[in-house]
Amino acid sequence: MFSRILALVVKEFITLLKEKRSRAVLIVPPLIQLLVFGYAATYDLKHVPYAVYNEDAGSGGRRVVAMLRGSPVFTESATVASIDEVAPLVDAREVLLVVHIDARFTRNLLAGQPARLQLIVDGRNSNTALIAVGYVRNLVTRFNREWADERGLPAPPAVLETRAWFNPNLESRWFFLPGIIGILTLLITMVITAMSVAREREQGTFDQLLVTPMTPVEVLAGKALPGFIIGFLEATAITLIAVLWFDIPLRGSVATLYGGLALFLLSAVGVGLMISAIAVTQQQGLLGAFLFMVPAVILSGFATPIANMPTAIQLITYADPLRYFLIILRKLFLEGAPAVALLHQLWPMALIGVASMALAGWLFRHRMY
Amino acid sequence: MSARGGVLTRLRGLVRKEFLQIVRDPSSIAIAFIMPVALLLLFGYGLSLDTDHVPVAVVTEHPSADTTDFIGSLAGSRYFTPIVVRDMPVAEQALLDGRVNAIVRLRSDFAARKRGPDSAPVQLIINGVDANTARLVQGYMEGATTAWLARRAAERGQRFERPVEVEHRVWFNPAVRSRNFLVPGLVVVIMTLTGALLTAMVMAREWERGTMEALIVTPVTIGEILLGKLIPYFILGIGGMLLSVAMARGLFAVPMTGSFWLLFATSAVFLLVALGMGLFISSVARIQFVAGQIALITTFLPAFLLSGFIFEIRNMPAVVQAITHLFAARYFVAIVTTLFLAGDIWSVIVPNTLVLALMAVIFLGLTRLKTHKRLE
Repeated sequence: MFSRILALVVKEFITLLKEKRSRAVLIVPPLIQLLVFGYAATYDLKHVPYAVYNEDAGSGGRRVVAMLRGSPVFTESATVASIDEVAPLVDAREVLLVVHIDARFTRNLLAGQPARLQLIVDGRNSNTALIAVGYVRNLVTRFNREWADERGLPAPPAVLETRAWFNPNLESRWFFLPGIIGILTLLITMVITAMSVAREREQGTFDQLLVTPMTPVEVLAGKALPGFIIGFLEATAITLIAVLWFDIPLRGSVATLYGGLALFLLSAVGVGLMISAIAVTQQQGLLGAFLFMVPAVILSGFATPIANMPTAIQLITYADPLRYFLIILRKLFLEGAPAVALLHQLWPMALIGVASMALAGWLFRHRMY
Repeated sequence: MSARGGVLTRLRGLVRKEFLQIVRDPSSIAIAFIMPVALLLLFGYGLSLDTDHVPVAVVTEHPSADTTDFIGSLAGSRYFTPIVVRDMPVAEQALLDGRVNAIVRLRSDFAARKRGPDSAPVQLIINGVDANTARLVQGYMEGATTAWLARRAAERGQRFERPVEVEHRVWFNPAVRSRNFLVPGLVVVIMTLTGALLTAMVMAREWERGTMEALIVTPVTIGEILLGKLIPYFILGIGGMLLSVAMARGLFAVPMTGSFWLLFATSAVFLLVALGMGLFISSVARIQFVAGQIALITTFLPAFLLSGFIFEIRNMPAVVQAITHLFAARYFVAIVTTLFLAGDIWSVIVPNTLVLALMAVIFLGLTRLKTHKRLE
């Protein structure tokens, strides 16, 4: 039995690797993607182009301008002399933010009246807009504290002290990179498995495979193992890059990480083979892989939290193996969670894997043309 | 081989053949119509950055009128769902289990110190794993604390003011609905997918099945073969696009500030790029497996992560920014979000459309060069 499975595995590897182009698409793109996406996927703003519209001649306005110039995040990329110049700058996306200091700013500040600082933000990406506003607010909070100290003003009756656990500087890259590991692992496994049976169907060799002494379980194992092995190797390479190149802390145990990876690969290979067993042509196999991949990524909580989704959509996410794996990755990398805390993420992946494998095996026999 | 009438006849024949193939293998119809609708429904509802009702554990070491009032003000805010817990260990466990996103701790001397000269600390501990949500929670909590302080001061006939008050106006999306920019961005992601998927495998399929050889012996030229592939899928793609825009307007109530015809025209140019890219991949790869994988790699994730639709391009390192210029989605996202939210702003639309047109010419031209009427 094992020799037959081994023979099929060897044959699958030869099909995947014999052609230079198909070998290249398996190895090169995931690594390039990791590097590119690793840098691209972050909500932190490092470069906020802004303009100041300063109608105030006094020292208060100058101090605000100096404060913005001193911040590494903000880049003054235009000057505004009249209110008419604001709209074209924002419209053309030359600045994200216009800071308006009105004519009475210094007078109010010195008189102990609230001095108002108006921000105009480009809301075409409202998330970015809110983050930029948050940055200015942080600067102003510090300004207020310094101002109050200098003048001996009474401290506010209560202040908020914030501490962030697991990610003290709130770097969003720490959140996204473990997610990218999950996405790329899924992508690799899906492309290998989703087209494997469909290709044989299209070429007519699958019928030949079915009349050999191999049992459906053996065919299933032979088809599943290559995706599993390649997924395992590439996930290892990707994780190493995340830890060594991007300095993402891996605080949990490596054994637990591999346990989670094994179950995730089981579910990904299972779904891939199921799609492949349903598909008659490679085009349908690819389409199926896409139709699974795209929602799986978007509904996994990778870019936007699952808690923000409506209840009906949240229910759908329970069928998404990537959802569980992303939680495992983030909890292991950043929180260093023990294996026990991850049990509720592990068994659903095992369930999805076993169910989809069983269905794929059944489809091998029962979907013939 | 005859005059111009012959070209049209041959082209009509090819287009007809392609349409028959589309109708008989329903996967193309599924890509063009069912996929956009399903994806837009799923993502339009699924993707949201509007965080509210964040579960927060509240630990009051010494309950008093002051702390009750503070918790009441949190409960009244739409951003928080406060859960009062007994002590810190319970709260920390809840944070570790992911049942709450943050802990607010009101120290035992909260009431006494608040009236004294020093500030009474309200301690906020956030789970920083999801940094974006953590930042939002921090911002909301600052707001809630300030509002509460102002209200307390007003009740006592005092004023609570800070030296500088920031007020902000978010242009183009005053209600700060994340759906307003996510849905137009999704239309671009989905069109990138459908465009490239529709054509990525059609040329490779002809080569792989050997029907290309059959076409080679006929009088049709390469240009006609390519046009015969392009026209049917262009029509399908436009149909899918109109459907997506209608859903964005009708179902998701995204405001449409710019002109519809401008959107239509720029979409047509973008679709040419997407289809051209698919044809190019397909004619280079010649094997469906490779063509499919390249299409998978070069469309969905780049359109999702590198187009600026969700992650700001200006923040990326220079090398990555340079890479984003290679993907058509980047230009189209700028056009679409501007047309939907900001209006007909020519300084954004003209340059981006020109780049798209250039890309369409390059992809279609390269495909033409790469496809020869001979066997290798």
